Amino acid sequence: MFRRERSIPLRGSAAALCNNLSVLQLPARNLTHFGVVHGPSAQLLSAAPEGVPLAQRQLHAKEGAGVTPPLITQVHWCVLPFRVLLVLTSHRGIQMYESDGSVMVYWHALDSGDASPVQAVFARGIAASGHFICVGTWSGRVLVFDIPAKGPNIVLSEELYGHKTPVTDIATEPSQGQDCVVDMVTADDSGLLCVWRSGPEFTLLTRIPGFGVPCPSVQLWQGIIAAGYGNGQVRLYEATTGTLHIQINAHARAICALDLAPEMGKLLSAAEDTFVHIWKLSRSPESGYIEVEHCHGECVFDTQVCGARFFDPSGNSFAVTGYDLTEILRYSTV
Amino acid sequence: MSVRTLPLLFLNLGGEMLYILDQRLRAQNIPGDKARKDEWTEVDRKRVMNDIISTMFNRKFIEELLKPQELYSKKALRTVYDRLAHASIMRLNQASMDKLYDLMTMAFKYQILLCPRPRDVLLITFNHLDAIKGFIQDSPTIMHQVDETFRQLTEIYGGLSAGEFQLIRQTLLIFFQDLHIRVSIFLKDRVQNSNGRFVLPASGPVPWGTEVPGLIRMFNKKGEEVKKMEFKHGGNYSAAHKEGSLELYGDRVLKLGTNMYSVNRPVETHMSGASKNSASRTQESIAPNPLAKEELNFLARLMGGMEIKKPSGPEPGFRLNLFTTDEEEEQAALIRPEELSYEVINIQATQDQQRKEELARIMGELEITEQPRSSTSKGDDLLAMMDEL
Repeated sequence: MFRRERSIPLRGSAAALCNNLSVLQLPARNLTHFGVVHGPSAQLLSAAPEGVPLAQRQLHAKEGAGVTPPLITQVHWCVLPFRVLLVLTSHRGIQMYESDGSVMVYWHALDSGDASPVQAVFARGIAASGHFICVGTWSGRVLVFDIPAKGPNIVLSEELYGHKTPVTDIATEPSQGQDCVVDMVTADDSGLLCVWRSGPEFTLLTRIPGFGVPCPSVQLWQGIIAAGYGNGQVRLYEATTGTLHIQINAHARAICALDLAPEMGKLLSAAEDTFVHIWKLSRSPESGYIEVEHCHGECVFDTQVCGARFFDPSGNSFAVTGYDLTEILRYSTV
Repeated sequence: MSVRTLPLLFLNLGGEMLYILDQRLRAQNIPGDKARKDEWTEVDRKRVMNDIISTMFNRKFIEELLKPQELYSKKALRTVYDRLAHASIMRLNQASMDKLYDLMTMAFKYQILLCPRPRDVLLITFNHLDAIKGFIQDSPTIMHQVDETFRQLTEIYGGLSAGEFQLIRQTLLIFFQDLHIRVSIFLKDRVQNSNGRFVLPASGPVPWGTEVPGLIRMFNKKGEEVKKMEFKHGGNYSAAHKEGSLELYGDRVLKLGTNMYSVNRPVETHMSGASKNSASRTQESIAPNPLAKEELNFLARLMGGMEIKKPSGPEPGFRLNLFTTDEEEEQAALIRPEELSYEVINIQATQDQQRKEELARIMGELEITEQPRSSTSKGDDLLAMMDEL
């Protein structure tokens, strides 16, 4: 059972985007950072364990030619081996900051060269993979940036071709049994999932086709891919083979966010139907097959949820943002 | 975000505007033989509706509208509707125009929010177009214009993917972000809470293409289903029974976008008190305006295709009041909260001389040199003024 905890007020309401909440847990400093996109600006704030807001900062998308200020699509913290960077993607490009958002260390302008006039140009989908940061784009290309241990010498090292429609989300996980070689899943608007092995060069291992609906959110845990779709389904695949093992009719509207608490294998799904569900993933000890168990469902009344994250590694507490909502809602187990 | 949003935004808001005007005109309807010179008749109502609809669906205007472009500011859009509402003999005071715009925007925001699938925003648009065709049944020329627009919309939007529609829906929601005006008819029907937020029911049919939540299916390596489980979802959903039609004529199934007003349900708005985060909204009006030039270009292009019919001959403009009395209308203008004021773009403030002249010409704001004259009656004055133009 979960109960509502004290909400954290936001300066600007959350925009109706997917994956619109990023959380950075800093247990050593007894702090949690939250990041939410409002529209042309994003808000970062840090809070103490009881939810008392401590500091806040607003970031804006870098200006450019255009009629209206560029909109931000996503804000996300990337935890790398030696540093943490905050990445902000917009309709102009990719901005990277030190983790508190105080200093911009890198700017990459999107190349809209071969976009047709009817195509929206933007970056979306952010994940850390070893010492790389991967960012998706409107064309389907995934940009791989090599991040040094410190300083601004960030370099675009590779562009991955696997998708033909705009990238929605990227998930990564340190691969089992091997140091510093991580695995990655990228998802797009057509529902296609691409599974990659990272390295000095990334290799495409397998593709999992879509079925006519976008896949706005994806997670990866112990070789299990959890994908949330625009028709409310959560599907669990075996990452190495791409085989579908579990199909959950989880929500009545499009899923907008998935999150994982890696310690316990807890999966969180949030959708525009106002519900948040918590699931437990596991593997059968005999067959090795993926198993799932429904743990909890929460109705966030009259709120079109747009972001949701656990904010502790065992999945005992989670936070939610909603369209037009000027606060971050928090829930904890009793 | 999406550059294909403006047509859907404009046509749906326009549709809501027509529903409201039609309802108010009917409510103030006086039988022809009993009407005084300044009262509305059935003939007047039909004429106003015809004039506005034919202006809205004018070929050049629609062509301009359908070009891929970003959404302009709320100010710019409001200016277009001001012009559209005055495309006929009808006149609206600022307070009534404000109320009209509030109702239009909140209604469409509600429809977008409750839209089951992003693609259904097209069904909502078609519901509006179907109703518009109902208003102009006696005018085959205008009917043809609307049908033509229908065909163009199908061409542009018919082939878009679910992902592209999702981007359009997100763009529309960002446009309507932070608007929480309370509308009586919504409050009474319990689709809106007293804090201005819309009710999102956890019941009803699921969208077409979605399964009712609650089932977990497990498959083996060969893709064969090996187990089925159920979980308690918490909602009360039923299966979708039919997909709405996107043909020129067809059962849309979806009720969103159909006319919810009738003569017996008056339209009122309450001004929601200053919201806690008015900072987020006023940001738009205090931001520096280097965009003004781009927006003026947009307005010039869009309204250049509008072809407004100026009232000709001895016809004074009829004023329509969206409130129940004139006093109420005056009062509403006084108490309207600061952050909810729609500042219509001030054309005279532009630096660009050429653009200013062009826009002024299009807007019909010709300078009239006034001469003192003795007035005999209201009607004569107007006649005389017309002669001088």
